[in-house]
Amino acid sequence: MLTIVGELINTSRAAVKEAVLNKDEAYIRELASKQAKSGATYIDVNCGNMINIEEETMKWLVNIVQDEVDIPLCIDSPDAEVLDVGLSLCKNGRPMINSISDEDERYAAVLPLIKKYNAKVVVLCMDSTGMPNTSEDRMKVVRNLHAKLSKEGIADEDMYFDPLVKPVSSVATAGAEVLNTVKKIKEDFPDVHFMCGLSNISYGLPNRSILNRLFVVQTMTVGMDGYVLDPTNTKMMAGIIASTATLGMDSYCGKYIKAHRKGLLN
Amino acid sequence: MATLNDVSQCVLDGELDEVKALVQQLIDAGIDPITIINDGLIAGMNIVAPLFKSGEMFVPEVMESADTMNEGMKLLKPLITDGDIPSKGKIIIGTVNGDLHDIGKNLLIMMMESRGYTVVDLGVDIKEEAFVAAVKEHKPDIVGMSSLLTTTMMKMDSTIKQLTKEGLRDQIKIIIGGAPITQEFAEDIGADGYSEDASTAVELCDRMMTA
Repeated sequence: MLTIVGELINTSRAAVKEAVLNKDEAYIRELASKQAKSGATYIDVNCGNMINIEEETMKWLVNIVQDEVDIPLCIDSPDAEVLDVGLSLCKNGRPMINSISDEDERYAAVLPLIKKYNAKVVVLCMDSTGMPNTSEDRMKVVRNLHAKLSKEGIADEDMYFDPLVKPVSSVATAGAEVLNTVKKIKEDFPDVHFMCGLSNISYGLPNRSILNRLFVVQTMTVGMDGYVLDPTNTKMMAGIIASTATLGMDSYCGKYIKAHRKGLLN
Repeated sequence: MATLNDVSQCVLDGELDEVKALVQQLIDAGIDPITIINDGLIAGMNIVAPLFKSGEMFVPEVMESADTMNEGMKLLKPLITDGDIPSKGKIIIGTVNGDLHDIGKNLLIMMMESRGYTVVDLGVDIKEEAFVAAVKEHKPDIVGMSSLLTTTMMKMDSTIKQLTKEGLRDQIKIIIGGAPITQEFAEDIGADGYSEDASTAVELCDRMMTA
């Protein structure tokens, strides 16, 4: 089962910021509902750039989104207090936190929230020394984080490791490193999940959509099972649905055929 | 016989393997090293910058061009002394604490260097204290900060506050950039300038240095 986190409710997108400032509830409802209808399994809520009003904005957004859709939320903030406020309002099933890492301050601030709200958590493969370059270095960070979180009683199934996708335009091996990292995590910790924002792979290159679509298929093939993306991008979703079928994760090809009937594969 | 124009073209095309031979030919022919740098290598990068800005060239191509320029520079640097190329000004630049994105920063560094600035690259994930220490050590004209995440952009604010607290704010100009950054945000946190891409950032620095 794939986890698709719909990324559209983010105030770093100009239209969303405007909707927040104008208290345009209808626009937010529409964004939530069309993402859910398009196959999102979580709705991400991020208002990290609303300086001084992030907390009240988070409350406003969470309440509207939950009033509109039934799927759970992914609460996304640099500020642990804002995470706390957002999580405290979540009632559509177990929420997800975006994100924890092994950076000392972040780890200490987010860990109690995972427990307090019995939340799932996106785990960034980085620590206080920065972002590891090779998959072996990333594995060191992964092993540390997994050991620490396990000791705190967090279940493997609730950890969503984000291998941190860098653009191939600047680091030629960035895509290959992610694939290797996912394979290695799968070997060592078969029950954990994954999360990645994959559009970073194509930054700086023309015709980004084909790179993004192919990278979804490539990462799914090695076991990646979670993505933060725009689920209303029908071509992207068609690739994911087809890939799910060819990888044997779609019983009787049911979802594939259903998507065909809805006209989603054209 | 190679010409300065061939060297520019070589940089533009990112012909890493050929640049050294071309530059060596010009050196052997007695062309002034400064002329080779300015009218050959840098002239090539000066064609690259606007093509990147207009979307005709892409990130890996710009990097290949910059690497090509640097390959040529390796042959020329030993032939000149430090004072031969006057610096337009000194900038220290880094990606803020918690953020590891460096493409935009690195592009800016390449363009600033090819425009005659002295650049000190602090790297990524740079804490407030590290910016402060670097300002004290290098005494730059301009401090550049990059942030690509909504989760780290407020570090620009805390860095500026820290610089102010240390009494360093008045000695420098501060420019910021990165995907979530806007002119409005720059004004909110008291930065001196914002630009949306590397090429316009160079123009912004030019304006600051002549102001």
